[in-house]
This record gives sequence, C-alpha cells and structure tokens, in this order.
Amino acid sequence: MKRASLVVAALMAVTAFLWSTPFLWTLVASFRPETAGGIGMASLVPDYIPTLGNFRLAFESGDFAVYYLNTAIVAFGILAVQIVTISLAGYAFARLSFPGREPIFYVFLLQLMLVPPILIVPNLRTIVDLGLYGSLLGVMAPYFASAFGTFLMRQTFRQIPRDFEEAATIDGAQWWQTLWHVLLPMARPGLIAFSLVSLMAHWNEFLWPLMVLNEPSTHTLTIGLASFALSTEGGREWGLLAAGTLLVMAPLLMLFAVFQRQFVDSFLFSGLKG
Amino acid sequence: MTTIAAHASSPAALGQRRRPLRTRLARRTWPFLLLAPSLLMLAAFTYWPIVRVAWESLHDKPHGTRESLFVGLGNYSALFADKAFTQSVVNNLVYAAGTVPASMALALLFALALQRSTRFNAVVRALLLFPSMVPLVAAASLFFFIFLPGVGLLDHYLAKLGLRGANWLGDPDIALWSLIGITIWKNAGYYMLFYLAGLQTLPGDVLEAATIDGANGWQRLRHVIVPLLAPTTAFVLVIALINVLTQVDHVIVLTKGGPSNSTKLVLYYIFEQAHENFAAGKAAAASLLSVSFLLALSVVSLKTMERGAHAAS
Repeated sequence: MKRASLVVAALMAVTAFLWSTPFLWTLVASFRPETAGGIGMASLVPDYIPTLGNFRLAFESGDFAVYYLNTAIVAFGILAVQIVTISLAGYAFARLSFPGREPIFYVFLLQLMLVPPILIVPNLRTIVDLGLYGSLLGVMAPYFASAFGTFLMRQTFRQIPRDFEEAATIDGAQWWQTLWHVLLPMARPGLIAFSLVSLMAHWNEFLWPLMVLNEPSTHTLTIGLASFALSTEGGREWGLLAAGTLLVMAPLLMLFAVFQRQFVDSFLFSGLKG
Repeated sequence: MTTIAAHASSPAALGQRRRPLRTRLARRTWPFLLLAPSLLMLAAFTYWPIVRVAWESLHDKPHGTRESLFVGLGNYSALFADKAFTQSVVNNLVYAAGTVPASMALALLFALALQRSTRFNAVVRALLLFPSMVPLVAAASLFFFIFLPGVGLLDHYLAKLGLRGANWLGDPDIALWSLIGITIWKNAGYYMLFYLAGLQTLPGDVLEAATIDGANGWQRLRHVIVPLLAPTTAFVLVIALINVLTQVDHVIVLTKGGPSNSTKLVLYYIFEQAHENFAAGKAAAASLLSVSFLLALSVVSLKTMERGAHAAS
C-alpha cells in the first residue's frame, strides 16, 4: 500500500514537471542573454547570467504599457458594470416575487450556453450600428449582463437570513439602502468569486477584441502578443517572445498565487466563464 | 401596521392592507426595473443577434447592391458546397474526439491521484491548473517555439532521447493533433477541479462496503466511483463540448487553419468568412448552425447542468 502511493506520487511529480515545462522554458528563455543564431534557446537549464535585455526589447518593440492599460480598462470596466447589473438582477430573483419570474430566469440561464464567441458575427454588426466599432466600449458592451453573475448573486443573497433586511426596513431604510449597506457587504464572498472569474475571462480574451479593435493604440495584451508572435516568426527572437508572453501571464499568475483558494471555489461554482 | 404602510416598497412588507394605487403600481414595476439593465443587454447581445443571424442566413447582398435579397436556403447550400466548411466540420469532430475524452480521463486520473490534501498534492494541483489560467494566445505563442522544427523545445529534447521530431505545425497529417495536444495540456487541470470536488461528495460508507466485500482498486473505480461521479462527468462533458466549439485562439496564432485546411475549425471558418472573405451569408448560416447545436445541447443538458452545478458547489 505504502509502495503504491509512493509510485503514484512519483508519477504525479513527473507529470507535473512535464506539464510545467512550457512555463519553465518561458522563465529560463526570457532571462537568457542573446545568443548567436539562437543556439541553446531550447535548453531548460539556466546556464547564464540573467539579463533583462529581452524585457527591455519587448517594451521597445511592442507598446506593452498601452496594452496593459487597454486590457485593464476592458477587464475592470466590464466588471464594474457587471457588479451593478448582477446585484440588481440577483436581488430581484432572490427576494422579490413577480409575474413571469420563472420564465425570465430561464432567459438568463440559457445565456450560460449561448456563449458570446458563437455570436461574434451578428454582434460585430450591432457594434458597428451603435458606432462603437474600434472602441474599447465596443469590446465591453456584450458582457455588461452576466447570467452566471446573476445566478451567483441570487444564490448568495438567498443564503443571507431575511432578519437583517427586516431590521433595516424597520429602521426606515429604503430598499436600495438595504441592498447597498446590508446585503452587498454580506455578499462579499460571492462578489469576489465572480470578480476573479470575470477578470480572468476578459484579461484572456482574444477573438472578440481582435474583431472589434482596428487601431494599434486600442489593442489589448492578447492582440499585442499575437502580433508579436507572428512577427517573431521571421527572426530568431525567441527570448523576446518568451519575455512578451511572461509579461502577459504575470498579472494572472500573481493574482492566482494570492487568491488560489477563491479561484478554485469560484471555478467550481461557475464551470462556465465570465 | 403604520410602519409597514410607510415602507410599502420593501419586500418584507408584502401586504395585507390596500395601499394607494401609485404605491401598488410602483411595487409591480420595480422588480422589472431592477432586471431592466440585464434584460436589455441580454436582448441586445444574446437574443437579438440570434434573430439577426437567422434572418441574414436567409438573405444575400450581391456585390454592388445595397438591398438584401431573400435567397431561401441558398446560403446553406453554398455553405455545404464549400469544401473548406465541410472539412472544418470534420476537423471539429476529430478535434472533439481527440480532446474531450483524453482531457476528461486525465482529469479523473489526476483527481484520483491528488485527492488527499497534502502539501505535495496542493503544489502538484496548482502546477496542473496553471495552464488553464493563462490566455490561450499566450499558450499558443509558447507552443510556437515548442513545436519549432529542429531547434524547438520538443525536437531538442526528443533528439536527446534519440528520437526524431516532426514538422508539428507544418504537416497536414500532424498539425491538428498538435493543437489537440495543446488543448489537452490546457484543459485537463481545469476539469480536474470538478472531479476533485465530485470525489469529496462520494459517500464514504459505500466505498468502505465495497472494500469489505473484497473489491480491489480497479473494481472500486469501475463499479463504484465512476458511476457515482456520473453527474460530474456529464457537467464536465458539457463544458468541454462548449470549449471545443468556441475556442480557436490557438488556430489563429499558430496555423490560420492550415496547412491545406487541416486545422480549420468551424468557428475559425466563421471568423475567416466574416472577417477576411466578407461572405456574410455563409458566415451567418454557419453561425446559426453552431447556435442550434448549443441550443440542442442546452435542452439535453439543462437538467444535467443544474444537478452538476449542485454537485460541484
């Protein structure tokens, strides 16, 4: 028995190492000094004196500062609006009874399956009609409502005992004061879980921003990285590509390191992203 | 009583006494006011586009004209006459068959091996989960180098083992399988999470009873654990199928559907028709077919999703 679990542990250690090699390579290659003809680029052994040259080059050849800013505007902008829409809708579904509540809830639920990538063609038309083509707002607009977020907030609000709201009401609070001062603070775990999933989904998104944005000055990190990768093809600037990729991944990996527990919980709750 | 009447708009005060008409009207409408922002957005970007794409799939705008002509199923017959489209459907089926069972099986194995919460297991779980956290574009640009013929990471280390590499992305017989490899690497750890959660809900006494009855490890897995995990499996399957249809970032970065259409997936075909060929009719028809697939999947799986979400949470 003991022996078997040691074998399993050894197998998993090997698997984990294999699984991590792409990241290991990124780390090693991005700090590697330039070599003639890219010799030894594939080595996973850091047999060199680390240099920041690749990162400096990445910032010079790609507008990473602008990409970071645009990506942050998109991801946090979407999240800010979503928090309003999902709190209101989640509250309505959790606490109010009104005609048509069940069918309307299914209208929300179905959006979990009708994921946005499948609707890029008609949505791009809508964005053009609205005059939002080429703007960051055009990238954000389709995500302002979130079925997953509404669902999550509904569950979260339902778990809060009604006594708190009743006490607030007796003290003369309006519904929105109750929502803002009583329910939302108590719903913080749900909001954090949702925020992590939403931020990650939109930080990582590529196809939709690629279709909406036409100016380099509005590009997001993923678009910047993709054009970076395609232009590297000709030359042998693999260290540069590794550095660029690391720059795109770093904020996420740091966020993950800090919020690992919450990440896992919110993934389990969601299954479907953003 | 007066307190309640004074705060008629509060849900806690759902009432016994008749209130002024205005108050009653306000209470009727304000749930809808709360839902309005979300419903407006869902209408604009989920339901209206479906109507629009359905309409567009039945119309065509010949070059140089401004108005659309009704062409019946013309766009659909043009779509199925397009070799690139039928190949993209076949590719997508191969891609599904190559990624879904493999990543789910790996996910289950990982979960079984790592279910005890030790420090070692926590580290390994995090490492396996990492690929699912990073953008698919970032993963693709890493694999750009990994798959590089001759000098890339894969060929470099294969050579050390005395093996010969291949033209991983340039050979039409191999390229799709290279993308399948990336997808399995990226998703297995994510699906593992659901199996880890599923394993925690298994009733311990059933497993114990099976052990006492003399079932060995394999028998317990085959006849007890896997059947009990069926709701989790169904849930993960739905997510995996949605991913198969909606994620093509790696195709855009690595192969652009080539060589000779061997990695063209349906969504990439749609993207290409709309974005590069300006064939709106075919793009609309293919979009509507994808939407129909997802709707059919939702009908089949709505129950599953509810149960799965329950089991997972």
